[in-house]
Amino acid sequence: MNGVTKPRSPFVAPAWITLASIVGLVSALVGDGVFDVVSWLVFAVLVGLFVRAWVKRDRKR
Amino acid sequence: MQRSTLKAWFLVHKWTSLVCTVFLLLLCLTGLPLVFWEEIGHLTGADPEVAPAAAGAQPQNLDDLVNRALAEYPGDVPLFFGWDDHSPSVYVNTGARPDTPPPEMHTAILHQYTGEVLPAPQFNEGVMYFIYRLHTDVFVGLPGMLFLGAMALLFAVAIVSGVVLYGPFMRKLKFGTLRTGRSRRLAWLDLHNVLGIVTLGWALVVGITGAINTLAKPLEQAWQTQQLGEFAKRYEGRPRPEQLSALDDAVARARAAEPGMTPAFVSFPGTGYSGDHHYGVFMHGNTPLTERLYRPVLIDVETGEVTARPRLPGYMTMLLLSQPLHFGDYGGMPLKVLWALLDLLTIAVLVSGLYLWFKRGSTEARVTEIERSGLVADAGIAR
Repeated sequence: MNGVTKPRSPFVAPAWITLASIVGLVSALVGDGVFDVVSWLVFAVLVGLFVRAWVKRDRKR
Repeated sequence: MQRSTLKAWFLVHKWTSLVCTVFLLLLCLTGLPLVFWEEIGHLTGADPEVAPAAAGAQPQNLDDLVNRALAEYPGDVPLFFGWDDHSPSVYVNTGARPDTPPPEMHTAILHQYTGEVLPAPQFNEGVMYFIYRLHTDVFVGLPGMLFLGAMALLFAVAIVSGVVLYGPFMRKLKFGTLRTGRSRRLAWLDLHNVLGIVTLGWALVVGITGAINTLAKPLEQAWQTQQLGEFAKRYEGRPRPEQLSALDDAVARARAAEPGMTPAFVSFPGTGYSGDHHYGVFMHGNTPLTERLYRPVLIDVETGEVTARPRLPGYMTMLLLSQPLHFGDYGGMPLKVLWALLDLLTIAVLVSGLYLWFKRGSTEARVTEIERSGLVADAGIAR
């Protein structure tokens, strides 16, 4: 270990978002109840990611 | 990434987006009310309120229900008979001839247990139908559908190329960076990127399934020609029967043939879904997935016997599964609300993309902007 961390690829977030979206889309299709809830949570988190970005926006000039 | 490669991806993103944006805006705006079609139907009275069945009541004979529907539209022939899974009602589509297209069909909605004809406007009239046609074929039929399908494919290419450009742009930035205090252009660019990535997976799936849905007519025709054509050959040269065996018996036989399933709808001979000599009783399961995967049971309309239970080909299964993934109507009201929010975010991606195009400057400046995470002095761009 040399203490130097490799910068994370900018494609990590898109990859996770795509994966989560597919889980959300398929979940409600395969069943009701908890499967619907998984779907709602996934898409609520995605919308939440935008809300978080907006709340934490950088207003510095 | 080489600058020349980046420039090529930038041009792909720019042109695929530009060509499809106006049509995508139309699709997103018209798709928004369509997500809530059922709810709007209830609120506006387009969908009739159906009283629950009385305790111990038995469903009416299906042939009687069809005859009551035909009495509403003298001179018509029956085309389709279907069940509503969420209420004790059925619908009967009728038309002047067996191959009447949907825009010219008449629909009667009846109480399954009392046989009462329920007051309801036609499905192919009114504001929601207008919006639906704008969304599906812009009132020009198959050419319109295929054109919108091509736009949906361009949208998918625009998304993929957008992700490729997102990489170099975000190399030195944290996920979700939104810089609103500098130039207006940078604020819109960050907004475009954040929204584009958040909606990435959803928009890609909704776009591609939308493109698949535009192929519904050609795929149905291919299925009718290939699979149903084989059965039709056995009846070649025989005229379409004038007298049909009882629908009620046909459905009972289909239920017996597929005991784990329930009937979704029945096609009458000549409608294109079951040849000229059969009822097509389309059975489905009762989970969100299986209720969309039909299993046709073909019943000879002269003998009343089950002729075949063909499995739908893979391309029809793909089409049927792409429909819920496009409409978002399979996870209750919370999913519909989230679907609508993601639709609104996609509209924001499109509008921000248009803004960025209007304030575009030179291609070289834009490529440099991507390479430097948006931190580039550009005298030609207004604040």
